[in-house]
Amino acid sequence: MRLSADPTTDTVLKLVTVVVAMFAFVFVVMVPLYNVLCDALGINGKTSAQAYVAAPAAVDTERSVTVQFIATNNDSMPWEFRPQVTSMAVHPGAANDTVFFAANPTMQHMVAQAIPSVSPARAAEYFHKTECFCFNQQPLEGQSDTLMPLQFIVDQDLPKDIKTITLSYTLFDVTDRVSERIASR
Amino acid sequence: MGDHHHGPAKGITRWLFTTNHKDIGTMYLWFSFAMFILGGTFAMIIRAELFQPGMQLVEPGFFNQMTTLHGLVMVFGAIMPSFVGLANWLIPMMIGAPDMALPRMNNWSFWILPPGFLMLASTLFMEGGAPAFGWTFYAPLSTTYAAPSVTFFIFAIHVLGASSIMGSINIIATVMNMRAPGMTYMKMPLFVWTWLITAFLLVAVMPVLAGAVTMMLMDIHFGTSFFSAAGGGDPVLFQHIFWFFGHPEVYIIILPAFGVVSQIIPAFSRKPLFGYASMVYATASIAFLSFIVWAHHMYTVGMPVAGELFFMYATMLIAVPTGVKVFNWITTMWRGALSFETPMLFCIGFLVLFTIGGFTGLMLSIAPVDFQYHDTYFVVAHFHYVMVAGAVFSMTAAVYYWLPKWSGRMYNETMGKVHFWISFIGFNITFFPQHFVGLAGMPRRIPDYALQFADFNMMSSIGAFIYGASQILFLYNVLATIIAGKKVTDEKVWDGAEGLEWTVPTPAPYHTFEVPPKLDPAHAHG
Repeated sequence: MRLSADPTTDTVLKLVTVVVAMFAFVFVVMVPLYNVLCDALGINGKTSAQAYVAAPAAVDTERSVTVQFIATNNDSMPWEFRPQVTSMAVHPGAANDTVFFAANPTMQHMVAQAIPSVSPARAAEYFHKTECFCFNQQPLEGQSDTLMPLQFIVDQDLPKDIKTITLSYTLFDVTDRVSERIASR
Repeated sequence: MGDHHHGPAKGITRWLFTTNHKDIGTMYLWFSFAMFILGGTFAMIIRAELFQPGMQLVEPGFFNQMTTLHGLVMVFGAIMPSFVGLANWLIPMMIGAPDMALPRMNNWSFWILPPGFLMLASTLFMEGGAPAFGWTFYAPLSTTYAAPSVTFFIFAIHVLGASSIMGSINIIATVMNMRAPGMTYMKMPLFVWTWLITAFLLVAVMPVLAGAVTMMLMDIHFGTSFFSAAGGGDPVLFQHIFWFFGHPEVYIIILPAFGVVSQIIPAFSRKPLFGYASMVYATASIAFLSFIVWAHHMYTVGMPVAGELFFMYATMLIAVPTGVKVFNWITTMWRGALSFETPMLFCIGFLVLFTIGGFTGLMLSIAPVDFQYHDTYFVVAHFHYVMVAGAVFSMTAAVYYWLPKWSGRMYNETMGKVHFWISFIGFNITFFPQHFVGLAGMPRRIPDYALQFADFNMMSSIGAFIYGASQILFLYNVLATIIAGKKVTDEKVWDGAEGLEWTVPTPAPYHTFEVPPKLDPAHAHG
């Protein structure tokens, strides 16, 4: 296909198209593709950001898996943040409940966002959260605290060699982000 | 436009407004040499600090700025523009074209470079200092934790990227449309081939780099979260995007070097290049493979085993076409009437040292052992063997080889040989011990180190000062040649040299091949 009668102009127009396409490729292909791949393959320890709809399945009472909880604050996040229980033994297929404690020791209203990560990364796709405080941002007035719920199911198909799963949450301060959004409205 | 045989304009406007490929090539070459000296100065500061353990000369923050700027200036300021300069000078002369296809854009693509680097260098004098996050500028180091000057860095990268893209579009347009009649693709000199493929790589990946820095800009100033987990982004994504650009980038640097060596070795072996077609296909294969191996730079990031294996095998596959090239060069020399003028010495130095760098690259490609090597001085040693002994040595060879054709004067051969031997020895003293400290666990990008690394580091620093000093000799030799070198008038400066650029008078007149040359079928792909 010729874009111009002049061969040089034709070459240049085609190459400019490639340049524009590659620039667009980064934004509209690479970024979404990366997230889709991480979600679909459960790589990078990423768990789904949506609530899992539990399929009815038998609870495998023969097997027991240890689930450990870790809570970390990002950078300068001043909140107190910890799991109520640090470890629990669960049966694959059974729904389990636990809570995380968070307290805002500052005098200001703040908003936090928890980002989960599962280790070993291979276990991420077998770890289903039916309810999680990480699905939403958590606002908290200054000098107050709260209990944040988590409900999860470990899949029956979890590979047999995985006996311990670690669920780690990092708490980020997103107050500025949220207030900017409100201010821009 | 009555008189076509006019000479260059006079004064500064000649250089500001020139559209002549030779003038622009010359400016690129001098600019890149200036950047080479600047980046070299940063390297000297690094090596001076590392001369002894403990903090002696500079603050750790400033040290980090030095490692960052050294990498950026050498990659984007010294090596890449130097090969663009070479392409400007040589491609039209090698394919029998009167000039580049887009001479005005050629002027523009050079003249946006100096302001770009001025912007980058100016960050040194800003509050908070220059970028200090390494030339790979991983987020969030380069976003959340960066000095305010990072915005200048981002625009500098945009400008350099635009310059590279324009330069490569120009090269592709020239090679595809302006070859002399009868100069088919498979008759082109290998330097033209490697540059054509390099230019395609540049057109494909420079926009990716522009995208990466644009995302950084948006994360820093416009509240997006491409690389911030708090807003649903991912810092690992940055590494994927960066290395999707970064790996082809290392071949962008080395492929033109392969082209140079493929021109010079046959000339001093007085034999045609062995395996011309296989060289072309090997170059194309390397270019293709460069797009599917990027994650070997990030084995320790927590990839699934299947990913590690894929990137490991794909990376090892690159050794095959590279091996083809190395064996072709050796076979070209085999039973040739060899002589060892300075360009040939630098090419043989390239061949030996680049192969060492290739082997350490193979070691690094093995995912399980990379966990040990990752971010150590072993990596530093590896990439300096391929970047300095690969790209810079071949570039030096190119200057010695074509300088008589450009200037009409011969360089001082003795001084050239001395330059080679000091460079070769200095380079090896600098970087060979870094393999050992790396394997022993010394991390890269640190201003201080444990006592057991002291001896090798001192050796490294001494070597670096020797290597650095030898470049002053190089500068002196080039200047002395241009000003007062022995005049040469033979069209073929070297008796074994082949190719159209050796059929024009010496020194090359301001305008060449205004009438397309007739190709001698006996002398295909010179």
